Amino acid sequence: MKQIIVSGFGGQGVISLGLMISYAAMKEDRNTSFLPSYGPEMRGGTANCSVVVSEKEVASPVISRPDLLVALNVPSVAKFLPNLAEGGRAFIDADMPVDAGKGRSDVIAVPLKQLAQANLKGQNIAMLGAILSFTELQAASAEAAIRDVFKHKPQFIDSNLACLHAGMEWAEKNVR
Amino acid sequence: MKKLWKGNEAVAEAAVAAGCRCFFGYPITPQNEIPEYMSWRLKEVGGHFVQAESEVSAINMVYGAGGAGVRAMTSSSGPGISLKQEGISYIAGAEIPCVIADMMRAGPGLGGIQPSQSDYLQAVKGGGHGDYKVFVYAPASVQEAADLTFKAFDIADKYRNPVMVLGDGMLGQMMEPAEIPAAIDPATLPVKKWAACGHNGGKQRVLSSILMNPDDLEEHNRKLTRKYEQMAKEETAYEHYRTEDADIVLVAYGIVARICKAAVDMLRQAGIKAGLFRPITLFPFPYGQLVKLADGGVNKFISVELSCGQLIEDVKLGLYDSKNRPEVGIYARVGGNVMKPEDVADYVRKGKVSSSWIK
Repeated sequence: MKQIIVSGFGGQGVISLGLMISYAAMKEDRNTSFLPSYGPEMRGGTANCSVVVSEKEVASPVISRPDLLVALNVPSVAKFLPNLAEGGRAFIDADMPVDAGKGRSDVIAVPLKQLAQANLKGQNIAMLGAILSFTELQAASAEAAIRDVFKHKPQFIDSNLACLHAGMEWAEKNVR
Repeated sequence: MKKLWKGNEAVAEAAVAAGCRCFFGYPITPQNEIPEYMSWRLKEVGGHFVQAESEVSAINMVYGAGGAGVRAMTSSSGPGISLKQEGISYIAGAEIPCVIADMMRAGPGLGGIQPSQSDYLQAVKGGGHGDYKVFVYAPASVQEAADLTFKAFDIADKYRNPVMVLGDGMLGQMMEPAEIPAAIDPATLPVKKWAACGHNGGKQRVLSSILMNPDDLEEHNRKLTRKYEQMAKEETAYEHYRTEDADIVLVAYGIVARICKAAVDMLRQAGIKAGLFRPITLFPFPYGQLVKLADGGVNKFISVELSCGQLIEDVKLGLYDSKNRPEVGIYARVGGNVMKPEDVADYVRKGKVSSSWIK
């Protein structure tokens, strides 16, 4: 079972990043739950979602201690990093001015802007690529999830697939 | 086929599958996706959607459509459900089937929009004036929300009674893979011989809750009570999780029950014999199962709820019939906050039993 929290400013694509993990899990016939925060925090503040991917039926969609944390802004690091499960990993945006993760081998800073290049809105997808091996989901499932989520905006599929692959390649070279 | 469904949308599509063809709503977070979905979906199946000018109006439209024999539905959240109570009482009195979804938010008053279970007593003990009961389902997953909404229409027709699907903001907003039950054609449903649907020249059918003669009204109350007793006998639903050898049993419904499931697993790993009892129908409440657990040796029950001590009232009521006197405590978060599995496990590990949620 993987318990994942994705958090950042509203507009950074944290909700769709979480949603795509759930979509990819479903493609593999795994059990999954996607629980978004809703309400005032979506209007300019911090948004987050909790995603569980499990072989068994998902018990709690509410997560005590995430195995995998994606934090795209400073408040998210402060809020969720202290609860990271033992042996868990946190992926943060390398461009974020934060000391919290410095010197910790379980905190990985991903250069999202550099990976997404021209497609700045694809930074969340680059992050999906970077964390993919830790979610234990297959690349093909993530690709299928992107195709599904963007089926009504097909013009964005290729650029997002490029971001996904950039993230995956970066993780292969830089994360162990 | 399984699809990733948002709780609210699964409820709406399951209602359509069950043959619901009239929906009357008024917006309120966190259930807006239900009327939003119905607004375009009902058109596709030849049904009708009306955004009413108020909740009071919406429930009375349900009264009318249900009275005409159509499978009808409305949905809201706490403050809106309060406004509907007058209409729900009239509908129960006139014995008109309908389905009402309540995706609970925190109260009292306008409260907040985050998840809560603070409408428990209002839902299960009547809510409006007069002696009546609403049949209440409490789904714990998106799949169950779809299945129970579908079933709710059958129960409503069978008993000619309003049925509530009681969820919360979490269930409404979360997404899970789910399969919507196969759609039925409402034209194939049994004819409602009591419905006021316009038979030219036939015998007049009157649907009303007014009975001015005390003897007539007493007889009517007797009939309603018999119906509620039959529901308790035939429709009570629940789930046991690791209760066979449990010393301590958590009682919770809806999403909170799933949080408790994870807590039970944590406690079992630590060698504590914990279990979970989850009522699926809140009215009728599965009191008899609690008695069995207490008589079987469970000596501690913890009501885990997102309300300030509402579910615990039914837990205590059920245990009154046990020959044992187990301890009964409460662990709760309210205001829109939600406990984590570890919070529940920690509370149980400490071994104390609080009679008040504020300790």
